[in-house]
Amino acid sequence: MSKIISLTSGIIFGFGLTVSSMTNPAKVLGFLDLFGQWDPSLIFVMIGAIIVSSPFFFLTRNKAKPLFAQSFSIPEVKKIDNKLIIGSSLFGIGWGSAGLCPGPAISSLALLNNYSLAFIASMFLGFLLAKVFN
Amino acid sequence: MNIVNFTPFAAFTGGAIIGLAVVLFFIGNGRLAGVSGIASNFLTSKIKRIDNLLFLTGLIVGPIIFSIFISNEIPFLIKNSFPLIIFSGLLVGVGTRISGGCTSGHGICGIGRFSLRSIIATTTFILAGIATVSFFGVS
Repeated sequence: MSKIISLTSGIIFGFGLTVSSMTNPAKVLGFLDLFGQWDPSLIFVMIGAIIVSSPFFFLTRNKAKPLFAQSFSIPEVKKIDNKLIIGSSLFGIGWGSAGLCPGPAISSLALLNNYSLAFIASMFLGFLLAKVFN
Repeated sequence: MNIVNFTPFAAFTGGAIIGLAVVLFFIGNGRLAGVSGIASNFLTSKIKRIDNLLFLTGLIVGPIIFSIFISNEIPFLIKNSFPLIIFSGLLVGVGTRISGGCTSGHGICGIGRFSLRSIIATTTFILAGIATVSFFGVS
């Protein structure tokens, strides 16, 4: 059952990204172009997703386990450290120079284009490189 | 600042749909739908590898379903050169793993859980993104 949940969650997620046009790098860059031609849409995507999901994180606080797994996996790291700031800055620079972040990049593979493929290949290389830093 | 191409209704609706996916993945499998984590775990860890692969496959199936039932025009506009795309992919890969999340993991799940760490991460990557675009231009 957990497998069906994983696939279904991914499908719904990818569908939502498409509805909100987040699969379009130009749309994402429009959001980051605050001092130029600004498109505030992305913030509405985040607000929509947070309004829907946030209550469930709190409703399940006292639940021992999820429906189809042994336990909840929630990150235990609480530290605000240099790694958090440096990593987020690097991510932001990469995000701002292509208009792609991991979710939309993978979803846009459906549109069969070489850009997404090249981005994902180098992102995967980046995941491996980060292992060295961590 | 000029406001252009603003599509609040589609953005909010799409966001709410993404929220549903986050809820399903959390109450069903107990996991946070952070795509950089899922993708890098798929690459580097044997734990729940099939689950991770299925989620990533779903991300690709989502737009296909959209194109069948809603509209077969899904805009994808990118003006950057190939080398810049590869450079930015590297930064996104390294950065999200050092900071432990991306737009979905920190920006949606983390903020939804009121995690201070995620609020700081999200503020940082949005500011870094805005700085990058302001400095180099949308291009």
